[in-house]
Amino acid sequence: MTDINLKIYRYNPEEESTGKFVEYKVPYVDGMVVLDAVRYVQEKIDPTLAIRWNCKAAKCGSCSAEINNKPSLMCKTRVDSIGNNISVAPMGAYPNIKDLVTDISVNWSILRKIPKFTPMEGMEKPWRIHPGDVERSKEFKKCIECFLCQDVCHVVREHTTNYFGPRHMVKAASMDMHPLDALDRSEFLDDEGGIGFCNITKCCQDVCPEHIHITDNAIIQEKERAADLKYDPIAMLIKRRKSRKEKVVK
Amino acid sequence: MEESFKVVKTDVLVIGAGGAGMRASIAVKDAGLDVVMVSKSLLGKAHTVMAEGGIAAALGNVDPQDNWTVHYGDIIEEGVYISNWKMAEICAKEAPDRVFELEDYGALFDRTPDGRILQRAFGAHTYRRLCHVGDRTGLEIIKTLEDQVLHRDIKFFDEMYITKVVVKDGKACGAIGIKMNTGEFHYFEAKSVIIATGGCGRVYKVTSNSWESTGDGLGLAYEAGAVLKDMEMIQFHPTGMVYPPGVKGLLITEAVRGEGGILLNSKGERYMLRYSPQKKELDARDVVARANYKEIQEGRGTEHGGVYLDITSKGADYIKHKLPAMYMQFMEFAGVDITKEKMEVAPTVHYQMGGIRVDAETGHSSLEGLFAAGEVASGLHGANRLGGNSLADILVFGRRAGEGAVAYAKKANETGADKKAIESEIARIRSFLKKDGKNPYEFIDRLTSAMSDHVGIVRTREELEKAITIIEQLKQEYREVGTLGSVRYNHGLLGCLELGNMLIAAEAITRAAIMREESRGAHARIDFPKKDKNWLKNIEISKSDKGMTFNVVPVQEMPAEYKKYAKPEEY
Repeated sequence: MTDINLKIYRYNPEEESTGKFVEYKVPYVDGMVVLDAVRYVQEKIDPTLAIRWNCKAAKCGSCSAEINNKPSLMCKTRVDSIGNNISVAPMGAYPNIKDLVTDISVNWSILRKIPKFTPMEGMEKPWRIHPGDVERSKEFKKCIECFLCQDVCHVVREHTTNYFGPRHMVKAASMDMHPLDALDRSEFLDDEGGIGFCNITKCCQDVCPEHIHITDNAIIQEKERAADLKYDPIAMLIKRRKSRKEKVVK
Repeated sequence: MEESFKVVKTDVLVIGAGGAGMRASIAVKDAGLDVVMVSKSLLGKAHTVMAEGGIAAALGNVDPQDNWTVHYGDIIEEGVYISNWKMAEICAKEAPDRVFELEDYGALFDRTPDGRILQRAFGAHTYRRLCHVGDRTGLEIIKTLEDQVLHRDIKFFDEMYITKVVVKDGKACGAIGIKMNTGEFHYFEAKSVIIATGGCGRVYKVTSNSWESTGDGLGLAYEAGAVLKDMEMIQFHPTGMVYPPGVKGLLITEAVRGEGGILLNSKGERYMLRYSPQKKELDARDVVARANYKEIQEGRGTEHGGVYLDITSKGADYIKHKLPAMYMQFMEFAGVDITKEKMEVAPTVHYQMGGIRVDAETGHSSLEGLFAAGEVASGLHGANRLGGNSLADILVFGRRAGEGAVAYAKKANETGADKKAIESEIARIRSFLKKDGKNPYEFIDRLTSAMSDHVGIVRTREELEKAITIIEQLKQEYREVGTLGSVRYNHGLLGCLELGNMLIAAEAITRAAIMREESRGAHARIDFPKKDKNWLKNIEISKSDKGMTFNVVPVQEMPAEYKKYAKPEEY
């Protein structure tokens, strides 16, 4: 492959009011990923280029960006998979700090709101859990918090709602499907987390680098449980007598 | 010009937000004191996330014969008798509690058929001991701790790069940092300070370490006057990726061998049978790493300069279930299907056994008010770390450093901000912002090349001296580095500041490696190939007027009743 034409979005709020794409020529090296190309620019051409990266192994979820308009991890996108005309922009769902770096801190406030893992009472220690029961929650625990799902979600990106976003539905689901968790967060997600705003376009699971079935396995399940609890007359009766999870304990 | 900076007051300041920093912060918060945690990267992105294979704890779920004394013996023997025995005891005894605590916090480990925590085999552990979550144990731990930090409302500043620990009247009393996203300088005033910044693998060119592992904590502690120890002990992990070039050095978990993976040379020979007929692929990391290195050196390597690691015999379903991250890593980065093809692997710099010298029980460094935990601290692992012990280390000693810092803070007085010291530090940082500065990345490239070329897996005085020449030259030229731009999210500036710490780490590693004229654990000298009983010692390092000074001290002797837990040392 010949040199890469790499267009990087540059924006320095201290000096300009809007950003622009700047084009760089980067030599191609066999097997290189987009992050290699962007770091080449930082190390050899302009050290002031602001990027965020850390593990370079698709494990930490730091280097999220929009590569040729698709939310992707820079460290996981091989150049030979997208050709040598490449544009890299920051995630559009978050305020820009500088160049490719965005302010994702709103996620910490959302994560604080989601009720934490709450073990059932009276369990004998050390806990015994059937190996099969670990599996359901495991898919959601693969999340590396790259927030690409948040970035691609049109509800998060283009509308002002109380919807927490796909990452946070996955977080809640990871605890709801923990075999020893005593809570059911689905009603909370409906009331506080705006899960009803998700209209199941499944864009989030398309961009997930961990291939989590965010919509199919987390959001739809939580939506259905919330609907059952709130609107199903039989479930409402049961709920009045006993919470569902308490029943599971016995 | 008067510089502006923000002042944040707290009881305990924790620098670093990996497993050790987060566990320490939780300990402080739970003790009812004020804590502020700061980190160079975003919350939840620290290098802990890269830990794969598991956390070592002698639960005895799979092998009931296991208990803390066996774990203790393994640490002492594989640390080649220069570990701090007290730390080994604490780690072996308390690791199970920390694992159960993680479960309380919501972590979900893989299970045995009867529902207990499953434990896997790992190199040089006598029994199957590593509690794990597939090959993503670090991710599970860091997300679990992150959850606890958020729900405890622990104050944190992420992307806050600390440049100096402030010392007043011989006591650590705060730190100065740059909040990268705003470019604001901060002064954190604290009664005690914990350093939990991880290792310095990035001083090498080929490493499994994250971007942030540049030895910052070593530099902070050394400049503040604390003693470092065992810096020559750098662990090379036997299996890093070799191809494509962009992922060279990236870790392949030891769990591949734990689950039955075997090593082969280009002739198809399972050479570990020659190097270690008993433990084979699951011998200690230093043994396997040197075997891999030797096979490659002697011309029995692969096309890209590695050896083969083969797990295909286990079948696709088993591999995808037990090693899902490894399967994806090879598929997506190298286009290799590890269920059908062999992996190409070679040694990669993985871990610093040495670091800040600490008190075993409290994590207190030699500098009053300064504590350390995790990879940046030293003592537990001696000359070689066992897989899975670093995750045990960060939780056990993270908690203890937190409690140690609490006890100290309760007795300490407020010191107030030393405005002059802060302003002169800010001036030092600003001095790197200039038009004609030399590119810090070129310096870093020269340094990391020197370390990989001359301070590698096998060492000689001649090679080590070459590294020293380059390090000294870089130190001379250091004042010329600089970058354009401002303080706000400027990686070039960060590179200039990191380089200072990297030079300290590199010099400490290399000079200590020259001094230790023997081969022990991870430190292998071709010119002194044998272990020497006169070197049953630790090398301590500190800053003096004359520069870096070294002090050789005998290893603290363990009590007689503990000696029976480890085989006697043989020469």
